[in-house]
Amino acid sequence: MSEFLNYMAWGPKGWGDEFFFAFFMTLKISLIAFGISFAMGLVFAIFKLSNSRFLRGLAGIYTTVVRALPEMLMILIVYFAVAGMVETVLISAGLVGSEFQFSPFWTAVFALAFVSGAFMTEVIRAGLLAVPRGGIEAAWAMGMSGPQIYRRVVMPQMMRYSLPGLGNLWLGITKDSAIVSILGAFGELLQTGYRAAAATKEYGYFYGLTALLFLLITILSLVVLNWMEKRLNRGLV
Amino acid sequence: MNDFVGNIINCLPDLLAAAPLTLLLTLVAGVIGLIMGTFLALARLSGRPLLSWPAATFMFVVRGTPLLVQLYLIYYGLGQYLGHSWVRQSFLWPYMREGLTFALFAYSMNQAAYNAEVLRGAIQSISKGQIEAAQAIGMSGFQTLWRVRLPLAFGNCLPVLTSDIIILLKSTALASTVTILELMGTARVIQRQSLQIYEPLIACGLVYFVVVIMLTALMRPLENRLTRFRKG
Repeated sequence: MSEFLNYMAWGPKGWGDEFFFAFFMTLKISLIAFGISFAMGLVFAIFKLSNSRFLRGLAGIYTTVVRALPEMLMILIVYFAVAGMVETVLISAGLVGSEFQFSPFWTAVFALAFVSGAFMTEVIRAGLLAVPRGGIEAAWAMGMSGPQIYRRVVMPQMMRYSLPGLGNLWLGITKDSAIVSILGAFGELLQTGYRAAAATKEYGYFYGLTALLFLLITILSLVVLNWMEKRLNRGLV
Repeated sequence: MNDFVGNIINCLPDLLAAAPLTLLLTLVAGVIGLIMGTFLALARLSGRPLLSWPAATFMFVVRGTPLLVQLYLIYYGLGQYLGHSWVRQSFLWPYMREGLTFALFAYSMNQAAYNAEVLRGAIQSISKGQIEAAQAIGMSGFQTLWRVRLPLAFGNCLPVLTSDIIILLKSTALASTVTILELMGTARVIQRQSLQIYEPLIACGLVYFVVVIMLTALMRPLENRLTRFRKG
């Protein structure tokens, strides 16, 4: 038993500090990926509901392909291929210098976000469709501009309808962030667990610890999501 | 461009040869998961704390941790302990040593937890009247379960169970990290051998896409069959 406590020592002798920072690294990766995928989801959901056949088709291909392929495969494809393509486009457009390269960290986070973005698109699309027409027409009648209507009328209501879906996606992203560990050393939970287990040969102990820390993230997330649901539904339920 | 397409086509034979292993993982874990999940859901709803608490804890823990971590925990962790115990000497060891056994175990557990959550909702949503009617015509508790509650529950949640199977199929890609050469693992081997980065991944994506579409098409008649009383 005491050897397990020794493993958790702070500093170079033990793995306590590594796991502590890895916990926050996983949270950081998940938060950034969630933010990016929310933005992507919003854009593609608006594409899906737009009048342009081209934009609808583009969003349709994105959601169908990404949702039909394994997360791990998609993350590998985006990590290796799409990031390089975006770099080429940015360089040839003259926006960045010819030496420009995305850092592996951002590429990995973007890959994670790209995958969840497809699921996000569907959640936000459903949320947007659930907003009653009457309120939007009333906003038009009052002379609000398109962006104003989105910001003041559609978005707040959409958030309320989408929250359960967004919550599920957040939990999904925190768990999918473990897949990032196969791309490289970003110091998140599973990669740290892998290093600790390989160094000490205590596989059961360190992977068990990793699982517990992921469970902790889930529990904390559920508490926050519960609070948010109550807050967004205030005055209604 | 021609080269690119040619390279993708060259990857296909090896990948198609690996597809049965992906399907095997999906099918075995899907069936075991469904059976275990049914028992889990019933235990969860049994109203007996001794049954429902362990079931609820199991479901929460499995659904609250990443599948990849569970795979590592079972493959490396369980292997670590079993490798030093009596199991090593037993006749089971040659099978236990294989990554496939551990992966099947992990996937079945995972699938059981997710299926149980779906079935729990479906069993709860059966209207009281159906069960009362079954009791009124003299069915025993087991008969009510077998003939009324479970068929109705499965019919109600089959679309969700189908999408769970698709999710399972997609998550079998993670098994490549524990030395199993299914579709994803084979694609990564081709990547390493041919030094092509994109082509094996894209070819692999094509095969997954076809398999997912085939699986969806296979499940549709089953859905129609189980809910045939709804039409007409």
